[in-house]
Amino acid sequence: MSNTPLTPDRELPHKHYLNASYRSGLRSWLLTTDHKRIALLYLASVTVFFFIGGVLATMIRIHLLTPGGALVTPETYNKLFTMHGVAMIFFFLIPSIPAVFGNFLIPLMIGAKDLAFPKINLLSWYIYVVGGCFVLYSFGTGGLDTGWTFYTPLSSVYSNSAVTPAVIGIFINGFSSILTGLNFIVTIHTMRAPGMTWFRMPLFVWAHYATSLVMILGTPVVAITLLLAGLERMFHLGFFNPALGGDPILFQHLFWFYSHPAVYIMILPAMGVISEIIPTFARKPIFGYAFIAGSSIAIAVIGFLVWAHHMFVTGESTYAALTFSFLSYLVAIPSAVKVFNWTSTLYKGSISWDPPMIYALGFIGLFVIGGLTGLFLACLGLDIHIHDTYFVVAHFHYIMVGGAVMGYVGGLHFWWPKITGRLYPRSLSRFAAVVLFIGFNLTFFPQFILGYLGMPRRYHTYPPEFQVLNVLSTAGASILALGYLLPMSYLTWSMRYGRVAGQNPWPATGLEWKTDSPPLTENFEVTPVVTWEPYDFKNRPDLGLATGAPLPAPAHGDD
Amino acid sequence: MLFISGICVFFAAAVTVAIIIFFFKYHRKTPDAVGITIHEDWRLEAVWMIVPLMLSMAMFGWGAVVYVDYRNAPRDTLDIYVIGKQWMWKAQQPNGLKEINELHVPVGRNIRLILASEDVIHDFFVPAFRVKMDVVPGHYNTMWFRPTRPGRYHFFCSQYCGTNHALMGGWVTVMEPSDYAAWLSGSAGGNANPVVAGEKLFAEKACSTCHVANGTGRSPSLNGVYGAQVLLADGSIVVADEAYIRESILQPNAKIVAGYLPLMPSFQGQLTEEQIFALTAYIKSLQSQPVPAKGAGIAPPAGKR
Repeated sequence: MSNTPLTPDRELPHKHYLNASYRSGLRSWLLTTDHKRIALLYLASVTVFFFIGGVLATMIRIHLLTPGGALVTPETYNKLFTMHGVAMIFFFLIPSIPAVFGNFLIPLMIGAKDLAFPKINLLSWYIYVVGGCFVLYSFGTGGLDTGWTFYTPLSSVYSNSAVTPAVIGIFINGFSSILTGLNFIVTIHTMRAPGMTWFRMPLFVWAHYATSLVMILGTPVVAITLLLAGLERMFHLGFFNPALGGDPILFQHLFWFYSHPAVYIMILPAMGVISEIIPTFARKPIFGYAFIAGSSIAIAVIGFLVWAHHMFVTGESTYAALTFSFLSYLVAIPSAVKVFNWTSTLYKGSISWDPPMIYALGFIGLFVIGGLTGLFLACLGLDIHIHDTYFVVAHFHYIMVGGAVMGYVGGLHFWWPKITGRLYPRSLSRFAAVVLFIGFNLTFFPQFILGYLGMPRRYHTYPPEFQVLNVLSTAGASILALGYLLPMSYLTWSMRYGRVAGQNPWPATGLEWKTDSPPLTENFEVTPVVTWEPYDFKNRPDLGLATGAPLPAPAHGDD
Repeated sequence: MLFISGICVFFAAAVTVAIIIFFFKYHRKTPDAVGITIHEDWRLEAVWMIVPLMLSMAMFGWGAVVYVDYRNAPRDTLDIYVIGKQWMWKAQQPNGLKEINELHVPVGRNIRLILASEDVIHDFFVPAFRVKMDVVPGHYNTMWFRPTRPGRYHFFCSQYCGTNHALMGGWVTVMEPSDYAAWLSGSAGGNANPVVAGEKLFAEKACSTCHVANGTGRSPSLNGVYGAQVLLADGSIVVADEAYIRESILQPNAKIVAGYLPLMPSFQGQLTEEQIFALTAYIKSLQSQPVPAKGAGIAPPAGKR
């Protein structure tokens, strides 16, 4: 339970954004323009979708226990994995870190009172909710069986499920993403506190800047694409259906033009979270700040140029395949740069074993495996074999769940004291992090082997030789589920019973830690002036740390 | 594969080991201890950008060689037509013998599959041969392989195609050439021959009224067209392969042969994929027929243009 002896027991601040009584009750939440409250609205709604997606995933894994399928009919199985994908990608992963932590933290981190457009920020949440309702309506009235990729002409002609409301829901939800991205970009450009230069910004803000670029440039394309598929389905306009003169490959180009960069919408913010946690708990400046910031931008830019690597076996031209394979290898480099810099940051640090650090290190381990297996898929010759197999499923779950969700849960643990003002049980949460790591690997590592052996994706039944690995994967999933239920329980518990955290429990260097926990509605009593470099523990007497260096300085790189 | 796995295991292990060592070695000694300030070292950054870049370029090169080889079939292939439809595979051997969810091939020959779909996108995947290719409606895709050992191997549909996607599979049977020949002759029926069926269709659909063999018709003679170069009205030249023939049947106005008018009606929606295969097989069989001096569809040799 004890967190760090630096923090004496104290009371929550008298007045903060959670109890500010400018209006009362539910109304004060539904009409709020406070970025912190909107972040909590998002936290609640993405948790609903995470829970729905999680239940569907559990059913998928139970079904695959036996080769013939243990639980449901083929139709239902196809709906399970489709709805799992739609709920998790469009309504959990894409909004999760940006809309929850980005919303909550960007103004605090740069010393602003709110985002640039507080009302548009609330509008984004309402748009998200409306889009979500359409999708839930689709789930409830016949479900969805096209796969989350909505490939035509299956989705636009042949599917008998509720495709139209789902497509409309995702179309609407896209605007939420675009408005959030716009809000972030304007805020970061115009509302930084005095002294908060671009290269003093936390890397979390840099990552969100890059993410916002992808959001506003990519999202319109997927919105239009799904709209075209919907029009083809409703009014038989021939865009993608060859019987009407369309081309199904065109859909894939348009779809992946967004949906590949969307992977970076999901992973870049998580990288931003890790770039905050690592220096805080190693108590030293992050190694290669400029390289990490630059690599976020590089990933966002190159990420727009690799989409057709999802299409190596569609019959696309050999030259196109060569180009996209080459560019896919290029995008691996900035990701590698981040991993090397994070690892180097640990060198000669003062590393605490606090829960956020355990999650962050778990993130690096899983992200490395996810990233390196991307090299197999980018390799043209190998992709012929492993494309559309469980190898791909394992690869993107390592990035999306091992990476993005691990970063999200790590972020929850890091900023929970700021958001709620209270701490959670320390040993239990470290235990949960280890459970999550082990459960995750046991669930998804066998799927790499399954894919290499040739088990295709999206199969409700499979040849018996694949059973052992499938049973292992399901066993892992049950541990993984525990790894999620634990934090859900103790974090909820801590909202009422947790020990009061104080302003800066870890302590960390960011501006968000220079105000109350939970913060005031206006964030800061007076606008802060930034006079220090990012992640500098040495010249910050206000943190109450030993400032002298306990070890001799290294031969190079010291300043 | 070994090269890529080796590199990946090395980097994963290096990062993991470094993290574990640092995690224990630099564990916080006193509650208020801070780490050593080290900002960056551009030499180190350069090394870990350039080395992975070079390694990944090697991976790219190796994969590209394999892929280019896979996408360009050798000339001496045994061609088998494969049609995917929800949720079964139909294969047609060169002599017209049809199979469902089975594919028989001789060992040691280069086999080329010409893939078409009647509805949604499917994918023909033989894990043991390390090959797969999407089967896209409205397109012809091809894939090739050379079986090296007799036996029975699973094939799957690996592009999600609806309810019974997982049931859309079967077996490839690789046979000794003599067994294959015996199997073919033992079960083939005369009228199943696609060339015969195609010739019949060619007359039934009145193709033969315009495409007169001696070149005197309103449309070019098809003798010798398959595999040859065709000069188009816009001056460009295309090779008359399966995809070109298919397009010319379904969308005749897409590519007009030089010297002819766009008179031909579209057969879109009037022919099944199998009928298109039969017509193509018949047109292929005309490859060896004498090409008329006037009225041929093919481009004159470069010197006479």
